[in-house]
Amino acid sequence: MTDPIRITYREAVKQSIREALDKDPRVFLMGEDVGKYGGCFAVTKGLLDEYGEVRIRDTPLSESAFVGAGIGEGLGGMRPIVEVMTANFSLLALDQIVNTAATLCHMSGGQFPVPLVIRMATGAGRQLAAQHSHSFEAWYAHVPGLRVVEPATIDDARGMLGAALACPDPVIILEPISLYNMEGELTAAAGTVRLDGARVHRAGKDLTFVTYGASVWRCATAAEALAAEGIEAEIVDLRSLRPLDDATVLASVRKTRRVVIVDEGWRTCSLAAEIAMRIVEQGFFDLDAPIARVCTEEVPIPYPKHLEDAALPGPERVVAAARRLFSDAQ
Amino acid sequence: MPSEFRLPALGADMDDGTLVEWHVAPGDRVKRGDVVAVVETDKGAIDVEIFLDGIVKQILVSPGTRIPVGAVLALVETDVAAVTATGAGTDTAAPISAPAATPAPAAVVPPIRTDRPRISPAARRRAQELGVDAASLQGTGPGGSVTTADVERAQSTVEPSQRPAPAAVAEGAEKAERSGMRAAIAEAMSRSKREIPHYYLSTTSDVTPAVTWLASHNASVPVAQRLLFAALLVKAVALACRTHKGFSGFYRGGGYEESAAVHVGVAVALRGGGLVAPAIMDTADKTLAAVMEDLRALVTRARAGRLRASELAAPTIILTSLGDAAVDAVFPIIQPPQVAIIGAGAVAERPWVVAGSVVPRQVLTLSLGADHRVTDGRLGAQFLAGIAAKLADPASL
Repeated sequence: MTDPIRITYREAVKQSIREALDKDPRVFLMGEDVGKYGGCFAVTKGLLDEYGEVRIRDTPLSESAFVGAGIGEGLGGMRPIVEVMTANFSLLALDQIVNTAATLCHMSGGQFPVPLVIRMATGAGRQLAAQHSHSFEAWYAHVPGLRVVEPATIDDARGMLGAALACPDPVIILEPISLYNMEGELTAAAGTVRLDGARVHRAGKDLTFVTYGASVWRCATAAEALAAEGIEAEIVDLRSLRPLDDATVLASVRKTRRVVIVDEGWRTCSLAAEIAMRIVEQGFFDLDAPIARVCTEEVPIPYPKHLEDAALPGPERVVAAARRLFSDAQ
Repeated sequence: MPSEFRLPALGADMDDGTLVEWHVAPGDRVKRGDVVAVVETDKGAIDVEIFLDGIVKQILVSPGTRIPVGAVLALVETDVAAVTATGAGTDTAAPISAPAATPAPAAVVPPIRTDRPRISPAARRRAQELGVDAASLQGTGPGGSVTTADVERAQSTVEPSQRPAPAAVAEGAEKAERSGMRAAIAEAMSRSKREIPHYYLSTTSDVTPAVTWLASHNASVPVAQRLLFAALLVKAVALACRTHKGFSGFYRGGGYEESAAVHVGVAVALRGGGLVAPAIMDTADKTLAAVMEDLRALVTRARAGRLRASELAAPTIILTSLGDAAVDAVFPIIQPPQVAIIGAGAVAERPWVVAGSVVPRQVLTLSLGADHRVTDGRLGAQFLAGIAAKLADPASL
C-alpha cells in the first residue's frame, strides 16, 4: 500500500492496463483506434509508444471480427483485452460474445474456457447522442457464461481488470463514459479487487439505493439532499451485474425496508426489474413500501444537453422517488 | 393438567382459518357443544363448538390471527376437581395475546381480503410479532399505509389493557366479514371452474301435481306448519340421490367417494350480499315437516350469521333455487369438493301440451351441474329425471 493519490477514472483504467501488460507477457490490447489515436476516450494514449504495436493493436472497424479474434487468442493461450468503443457498437459483436465466448466452455465440457476480457464504454452524459450513449448492461447480464462488471469508483476502475484477467471466463467490463473525467482518491494503489460482490458505498438506515455505474454518483448526490431532510440513505453499488450479489442487497433491504433502484438502462425488462423481483422473492416481508425504480426514460438518448439530462435518472428524480416512499405529503 | 382445545377442520377441504372473536375468556366454564369462538374460513364466518367440559385456563390465539387446522387455540382445565382444590383454576396473569404462544410465524399468512387495509408486508409481520392490530392503525406511509414504525409506535404507546376490545372493532368487523365472504366465494367458485369439468343438463317438467298437493296440504294445517315448495324440492333431490349414485359425495385426492348419508345443502342468499349453503342433515330420512322446520331454522340462522361449522361442511350436494327471483333456469357452479349441484328456476304457469291439447300447467325447469370426472351426461339425465319423478308424486315425499 502506498499513500492515497488523486487520479482520474481514465488514468486508473490506463494504469490497470499498463500493470496487466507489465505482469503477463500473454496480455495484449486490441480495438478500434486504441493505438495511434490513443483510444476514443484517450484511455490508451501513449501505450503504443510504450509497448509497441504487437501488444497495442489497432483493428479494422469490424467488432465481430476483432472480438472473434480475441476469443481465438484466449483459446490459444493468450490473455487478450479487447476494447469496444461503446456498448452500442458491441451489438455488432453480440454473436461472437453470446454464441461463442459465452458457450464454448459449456459446450466443450469445461475443456475450452475463454479467458477474454472485453472493455466497453457505456452510458450517456457526454452528448454523444443515441448511437453512442446507450446502456446495454441488462443484455449482457442476461447471458449465462459471461461475467459482467461495472466499476463505479476509482479503486474498481484500477482493480477490476486484473481480477478479470485472472478469471477463466469471458468478462465484460463496462466503463461509464461520464466517469472517465471523474477525479478521486485511489486508496489501494496496486490492489486487484474482487470481481464479484456488491459494496455498500454509503451507509444509511432509512432507505436503500440499489444502483451501479455512473448512477452510484447520482445516488450519492441524492443521498446528500435527503440527509438534509433527515432521511439517511444507504447506497449499494452492485459492481458485478452478473452474477448479482443478492445477499448484500437483501441485507440492506432488511435494515432499511425501503428500496429505490436506480438504473441507467431503460425500465422495461431492465436490471432494475430483475433486482426488484429478487427483493420481492427473498425479502417481501421486509418491505415497508413498494419498491421504486428510477430508470432512463424510454427514448433513444437525445443529443441536446437539456433533453439528455431529462432522459437520465438524475439526482432530482432519485430524490423525488425516495420521498414518495415515506409519505404522500412530501 | 389442562387439555388442549385445537382448531377443528370446519370444512372438508379446510386447511386454516382466521380467528375472528372469542365468546369465552379465561375462567369461563365451558361444556361440550358450547360455541366458544368464531373462525373465518373460506366458507364464511363459522361458530366453533368445543367438545370438552371444563374451565378455560388460557387463550393462546388472538383475534385476527390465521391458524392452521389442529393448532391449539386454548387450554381448558378438564379436571374440575383440581381446579376447585387449587382455588383458582385460571391463569389471569397470562396475556390474552401472548405472542410466544401463537403458532410458528411460518404457518401464518395474512388473511385473504379484497378491501384490505394498506399495511406494508414488514408492518404486517411486526404487528403479528407484537400482537398489535395493524388494521386499526392510522398509517403514515405512502398511500396512508401502515408501516413498521406505525406498528412499533402503537405498541409503545398502548398498554395491553387499552388495546381495542372486540366491541371497539365490531363496526369494521361486520364489513370485513362480508368482504371476507366475497373473497371466499370468489376463491371457491374460481377453484371450481378451474378444476371441475362441469357438464350441464336441464329439464322442464309439469309440477302441477306438486303445486296442487301443496295447496291442499297447506290448507289443512296450521300456518306454522305450512310447507314451502322448496321443501318438496329438497326432499325430492335427497331421495333421488339415494337411487342415483355419483352425485352426492366428494371428489378428493383424485378420486370420488359417494357419501353414505345424503345431506342436501340449501343455498341461502344473505341480505348484505354473499351466499351460504348450510346442510339439512340426513335429508332423505326426514319427513317433509322436519325438512321444512330445518329449512326455516337454517335460513334464519344463516341471515343472523350464526351457522354451525357442521352445517356448512356437511352438504354432499347443493340445491340452489332462484324461483323467487323469477328466473326460468339456473346454471349453478359446483362447490368443491362436491360433485353436483341442482338449480331450480321459478314455478310458473305455461302453455303445456297434455294429451294433444295445449293447457295451462305449472312448470319448473330443473338443471344439473355435475362433475364430468365422476359422471357422464346419461347418468345425469337419469338423475334429473329421478328428481322430476319424485316431484310428480308428491305423496311419496
